[in-house]
Amino acid sequence: MPRRLLRDGQVVEDDWQYLTELEATSASTPAGGATAIGSSAATESAQVLAAGDTNIDSSAVPALIVPFERWLTERDRWSSRAGRVGVVLQPADKVEQLGRDIARLALVAAAFPGPTDGRGYTQGRLLRERYGFTGELRAAGYVRRDQVFFLARCGFNSFELPEDQLATAATAFSTFSAEYQPSNDEGLRQKLQRR
Amino acid sequence: MYRYDAMDKQLVDERVAEFRDQTRRFLAGELSDDEFKHLRLRNGLYIQTHAPMLRVAIPYGLLSSAQLRMLGSIARRYDRGYGHFTTRQNIQYNWPKLETVPDILADLATVEMHAIQTSGNCIRNTTSDHLAGVTPHELEDPRPWCEIIRQWSTFHPEFTYLPRKFKIAVTGAPQDRAASLVHDVGVHIVKNAAGELGFEILAGGGLGRTPIIGQVVRDFLPREHLLSYLEAVLRVYNLEGRRDNLTKARIKILVRSLGIGEFKRRVEAEWELIRDGGLRVEEAEVARMRGFFNPPPYKTLPNTEPATGKEAAFRAWYRYNTAEHKVPGYRVVYISLKKADVAPGDATDAQMELIADLADRYSFGEVRVTHTQNLLLADVEQASAYALWQTLDAHGLATPNIGTLTDMICCPGLDFCSLANASSIDVAKLINDRFDDYDYVYDLGELEVKMSGCMNACGHHHVGHIGILGVDKGGEAWYQITIGGAAGADASLGTVIGPSVRKADVPETIARLLAVYVEHRQDDERFLDTVRRLGVKPFKERVYATPIAA
Repeated sequence: MPRRLLRDGQVVEDDWQYLTELEATSASTPAGGATAIGSSAATESAQVLAAGDTNIDSSAVPALIVPFERWLTERDRWSSRAGRVGVVLQPADKVEQLGRDIARLALVAAAFPGPTDGRGYTQGRLLRERYGFTGELRAAGYVRRDQVFFLARCGFNSFELPEDQLATAATAFSTFSAEYQPSNDEGLRQKLQRR
Repeated sequence: MYRYDAMDKQLVDERVAEFRDQTRRFLAGELSDDEFKHLRLRNGLYIQTHAPMLRVAIPYGLLSSAQLRMLGSIARRYDRGYGHFTTRQNIQYNWPKLETVPDILADLATVEMHAIQTSGNCIRNTTSDHLAGVTPHELEDPRPWCEIIRQWSTFHPEFTYLPRKFKIAVTGAPQDRAASLVHDVGVHIVKNAAGELGFEILAGGGLGRTPIIGQVVRDFLPREHLLSYLEAVLRVYNLEGRRDNLTKARIKILVRSLGIGEFKRRVEAEWELIRDGGLRVEEAEVARMRGFFNPPPYKTLPNTEPATGKEAAFRAWYRYNTAEHKVPGYRVVYISLKKADVAPGDATDAQMELIADLADRYSFGEVRVTHTQNLLLADVEQASAYALWQTLDAHGLATPNIGTLTDMICCPGLDFCSLANASSIDVAKLINDRFDDYDYVYDLGELEVKMSGCMNACGHHHVGHIGILGVDKGGEAWYQITIGGAAGADASLGTVIGPSVRKADVPETIARLLAVYVEHRQDDERFLDTVRRLGVKPFKERVYATPIAA
């Protein structure tokens, strides 16, 4: 069953695939399986991975999320690929290393390894406020509805929540009706004028 | 004091609703213990030895009489009739039932109080000088800045899951009564050569397992940049602080490993990118905040000598439990929560309600919590001191010991805290029993004894003139003694005198330390000064020269 997530307040099917998941699928297939005629997952995986090397219709190529390190070391391979490309950051990854590449990415995901690692919140704010990233900013990994309000305030607009939290998580956006801190484009002054 | 507007009120009410829903989901089995833990810790709720412990925020230690009355009422209705005031100027309840905590929070919200960010790895309650606004020596009242920091740090979305907890203390006077040098960040109001007021920013102080005195990051920060600078410090810490080892996760370890120079370079590089953004503190906002801390309507009164001709008990109380006030005819009055047979920092529901009434009657309806775990009425007319004393004395609240040996700081210890190795409350009692001669205690002068039941150092033992740390030795509680620590502007860390001692031997050990002091002190030197002058050696030799008889 395809992954579902909360994006811009709506529960949607994920139209992105993680490179690591695809490669795992490919690797688990017996030798020769990937080239056999048929509709196996491995065939699809091979097609997705190879998209950069062929002339197939880019709209038919699933969008792919590449690990940050792979992006840095294999940038040409992924940026010349036909389909949309995103990057997933681990907490220790430095957003600034993406540099001007940010404009070429349609998605950046921050991976949260557990409930206590808050580096992704800073990554999100930096991407939006400092580097002007306008694509999909996704919270991945350990994401629960009780974090959604704060993640959204840091610029995240999509959330990989557990399936059983998807239906109600959108209510988290209204947990609090105001905030003390300025958001990226609004100074304290404007905020105070509202009080 | 600061009063909530509609937005503050709305936010606190929404927090209650959020936590009520989280508690409901936990009790319904929709949240695991671990998932709920990270949520309850954002609301000051620990699971402790006997029951949950709820810590309620008292921003920079300031309470209205209505708030204190509510704290008393909560102690009676939801707890066992008392609360414990802490070194963070907060209050803790040791016996609430988990399922009633949302109701407690709802009651607190009716008096503009909450438990937001009183635990967990986030920015905690901002603390300050308990004499703010009334001491003659301050450059500026720090409380408007505390409130500016409180609002900025409340629900700060980026800093909700820091590597570890984060504590900020703000002072406006040269005397540091907020222990700011052992905070993650210390903010000192200072004046530059041009006569402008701004801030000195320190970072990397802390107690716990690795005590470190904070270092200056910036010696003068123009006031409008306070929040952007704090944000830069927090951002560097959030990204760079260690997360692989809980005991190395505080900012002090980051500052130490980078060195203050490199830490400053990183902070300032970040700050340059955000300093002129939305966090600039406009003058209008400063003025708005100052408006909440205007002086109360003082009368024009002469200074008097209320103790003259009165009985000795009142004279002692007036000398030790009151302090000078910047306005003639007024006095600052400490309410000692260090009665010999009571756990240090504890107050009963009835005492809290009584003190609230006294605040209304004698001190413009406000009460303060000191980081030394006492309460304080900041604006008492000197002419009312005697009547106030009589009432306090009748209710066990006039122990004349502020700043003396028996005004001990003490954590709840093993009796209540699941972290502790050793009890501390009963040691405080042993010390009180041994040193019950006021003439001797007064002769010793200013003496700060601080005791923690474990390495976490909630009782600030590292910065006690005499520090006592409970340690576990093969299942038995022993006590390690340090001397020479101090928490003020001349902060220093105490030195361990030698092997730890048994619980029963703590009073005699202290007696021997004090005997050395009494023999060697010069002029009106404090115990701390004598230790600094002589070093630990003579004290150590005396303590271990002969075994302490059982």
